[in-house]
Amino acid sequence: MIAALRTPRGLITALILLALAVLPLLTQAFDQRYLLSIGTRIVIWSIAAVSLNMILGYGGLVSFGHAVFFGIGGYAVGILSAHGVSSGWIQWPVALIAATLWAALIGALSLRTRGLYFIMITLAFAQLVYYVGGGLEAYGADDGLNISRSRFPGLIDLRDKASFYWLCFVALCGTLWFCSRFANSRFGYVIRGAKSNDLRMTALGFPVFRYRLVAFTLSGTFGGLAGILLANEGAYISPAMMSWVKSGDLIVIVVLGGMGTLFGPLYGTIAFFVLEESLPHLLDLMRKGWGEYWQIVFGPLLILVALYARGGIDSLLGRRS
Amino acid sequence: MDYLLLQMLNGVQLGLLMFLLAAGLTLTFGIMDLVNLAHGSLYMMGAYIAWTTISWTDSFVMGALLALPIIFVLGLVVEAVVARRLYARNHLDQVLATFGLILFFNELVRVIWGPAGKSIAVPAFLNRTVEILPGVPYPAYRFAIIVVGAAVAILLAWLVARTRIGMLIRAGASNRRMIGALGVNIELLFSLVFGLGAVFAGLAGLMAAPITSVKIGMGDDILILAFVIIVIGGIGSIKGAFIAAMVVGQIDIVGRAFLPDLLKTFLSASAASSAAPAISQVLVYIVMAGVLVWRPTGLFGQRT
Amino acid sequence: MSTPLLSTDRLVKRFGGLLATDNVSIDVVPGEIHALIGPNGAGKTTLVGQLTGNIAPDSGTIRFAGQDVTRLPTHKRVHLGLARSFQITSVLREFTALENVALAVQAHAGHSFRFLADARNDEGLRGPARRGLEEVGLGQRANTLASALSHGEQRQLEIAMALAGDPSLLLLDEPMAGMGAEESQRMIGFLRALKSKRAMLLIEHDMDAVFQLADRITVLVYGRAIASGTPAEIRANQDVRHAYLGDDGMVA
Repeated sequence: MIAALRTPRGLITALILLALAVLPLLTQAFDQRYLLSIGTRIVIWSIAAVSLNMILGYGGLVSFGHAVFFGIGGYAVGILSAHGVSSGWIQWPVALIAATLWAALIGALSLRTRGLYFIMITLAFAQLVYYVGGGLEAYGADDGLNISRSRFPGLIDLRDKASFYWLCFVALCGTLWFCSRFANSRFGYVIRGAKSNDLRMTALGFPVFRYRLVAFTLSGTFGGLAGILLANEGAYISPAMMSWVKSGDLIVIVVLGGMGTLFGPLYGTIAFFVLEESLPHLLDLMRKGWGEYWQIVFGPLLILVALYARGGIDSLLGRRS
Repeated sequence: MDYLLLQMLNGVQLGLLMFLLAAGLTLTFGIMDLVNLAHGSLYMMGAYIAWTTISWTDSFVMGALLALPIIFVLGLVVEAVVARRLYARNHLDQVLATFGLILFFNELVRVIWGPAGKSIAVPAFLNRTVEILPGVPYPAYRFAIIVVGAAVAILLAWLVARTRIGMLIRAGASNRRMIGALGVNIELLFSLVFGLGAVFAGLAGLMAAPITSVKIGMGDDILILAFVIIVIGGIGSIKGAFIAAMVVGQIDIVGRAFLPDLLKTFLSASAASSAAPAISQVLVYIVMAGVLVWRPTGLFGQRT
Repeated sequence: MSTPLLSTDRLVKRFGGLLATDNVSIDVVPGEIHALIGPNGAGKTTLVGQLTGNIAPDSGTIRFAGQDVTRLPTHKRVHLGLARSFQITSVLREFTALENVALAVQAHAGHSFRFLADARNDEGLRGPARRGLEEVGLGQRANTLASALSHGEQRQLEIAMALAGDPSLLLLDEPMAGMGAEESQRMIGFLRALKSKRAMLLIEHDMDAVFQLADRITVLVYGRAIASGTPAEIRANQDVRHAYLGDDGMVA
């Protein structure tokens, strides 16, 4: 543990985690509430990015519909809340089970295909849920629905911004912990081996489909967790949570941060949000009014990342041992 | 009965528009192995550029004829600056880079044309109805789309089946290495195919403009639908794209036209009208999932 | 002869109009090396694909270890003891030599739905893997990335991976491909030593190697097995000379 701090990567990662751990104290001290809400979203999106990284980074499966789990997790919470079931003890397990089952179903269908077909079928299933969400008149259709936050009486009050943030942070730490174990476990080796050469893995005697399906399902469970948190963060659900652009953003984040690395998705999320928040201001500084058009810079930036930054931010932090 | 016929014609019209978009997409994937998410941006650019050229020339036809070469050049530029560097890359890099292109084009449109949507009027000489059957009127503009779309589809079929470029395209779709061995200038072929795809996309965009509206991101959702079509049809197959486009066009229109009434029998009127478009969209995706489960490489895709 | 370990009965595979496998019936008995030779395009790869389960035959049956495996998926055949090496070197390039073999060991060590324990310190996997590497002479290269191994070493690694599950039959698809003369000779020696423990179906272009190693040879031409017999019989066979070996003129 201590030795890891001596490398730049270890040190920076430790500092980031430390900063995230005490973020509510910092934002309170400097009276920057807005930053806490950005911080909360960064932590929630990091959970989703880590979960996508399990299949995209370690498994080499380009799922282009991961934001659907934001939607499944969020809508499960929101629909229960709209029907007066406000207890988190019911909402959260139901939402996690829903996300898991949905992931298992679309995984079972999608993983039969390869390449572009896989990319498109995962996208199509996400779109399917997106349009279903938009068609649910009772839950606000396209406009979405304001919900009340999950209740955990006597344990934690999610309306308190700092408490909610810390809950999210704990969830992120748990997700990271699982991912760190998963990557070097027997299961992780199979998933990574299948990314490297799935034909070889089959010839070795691994039923690759089954392992990928379980990985896809697990990834969906953690994605659902992020969805639960996202719905609670804004006290609001809408189909926009799961638009395909959000799925694209998640892919961007994972690649930007460094695919198949433990902390890459975290770096990627931070970089993504920092760019999103700062690029407009930066452009405004160059010339008033330019900030509005920040994506005209961000788009080409993505192209450059795709073309030239293979290992993402993680690789900038020095070689791995 | 007439109503059904009209709606089916609308489905054909939508299907042909989708086919124009899907044709370029399936060609770029089949030949260059490129997943081009920014293809929808070319559709959008087609509509916006046409809006400008039409207001210059004060004529829909002149404006459209002027817009198409501009879109062709735009396609060549996109190919030369970005797409060309992506052919040899994996799908993930391609998705990422062309996703970046979408953001760029959406914002570019906002800078040039402003955030508000535009509208293109139906040209005066088509602003009437034609009798497709005695006593059955149909909007002339929509009919014109069907005519143009069908003409382009036939042209494309001829191009692919009968010409040297078509031969190369077919060879390329089935064996990329082979066209290199034929001593063809591959870079030129790739540029032309990309440019051609851009023109088809732009044509679809500018023809759709008078019936929908010209707005930022108009290409994004329709792009997904175009991808669904080429995946159902089998990537690289023009024939597959055509059949799938027709099927999707019918599902979409028939769903929109008939589902609300059907749903009203057991839902409230407002719930039915918001659920119906969703259900018809969902149907399209269910069809695609069904096809892929049945044939993992689409209806006319190559078996591996 | 003892009962065959692997046998096919009138196996047929068509690709469009092309008959890639034409009523092929071959068998491999325990303890023998059965070589499959034939000119390019004779349908060797297609036949191997059907034996491993990557290609489904149109008709005919494949029996292995006493049961009908014609419709069994690849991974189940592997678990019955049918292992293969690939014609084109097919190791996991991003993994070390040791990790490659450890994964092969893992494939036979029950299910891999273990998510939390660190497989890197799992002696149950790493121990046998290290011994496997020693056996093929790669002990010194255990921690080298597979992509950094020489071509010959990668072929050795292939064999170590195929042996990891202690298979009763090895399907070797051109194990000598791309090897220098010296490396080939070492591989031949190694395979001969291995023969007492497991049967092999050897697909190989290097006729020297085939005639040195094989107990029986089957000649495949245009998807059909035109001859089968001992090396001496095959040498003497007129059909074979005409159809295949004659072109090469190298049958000494």
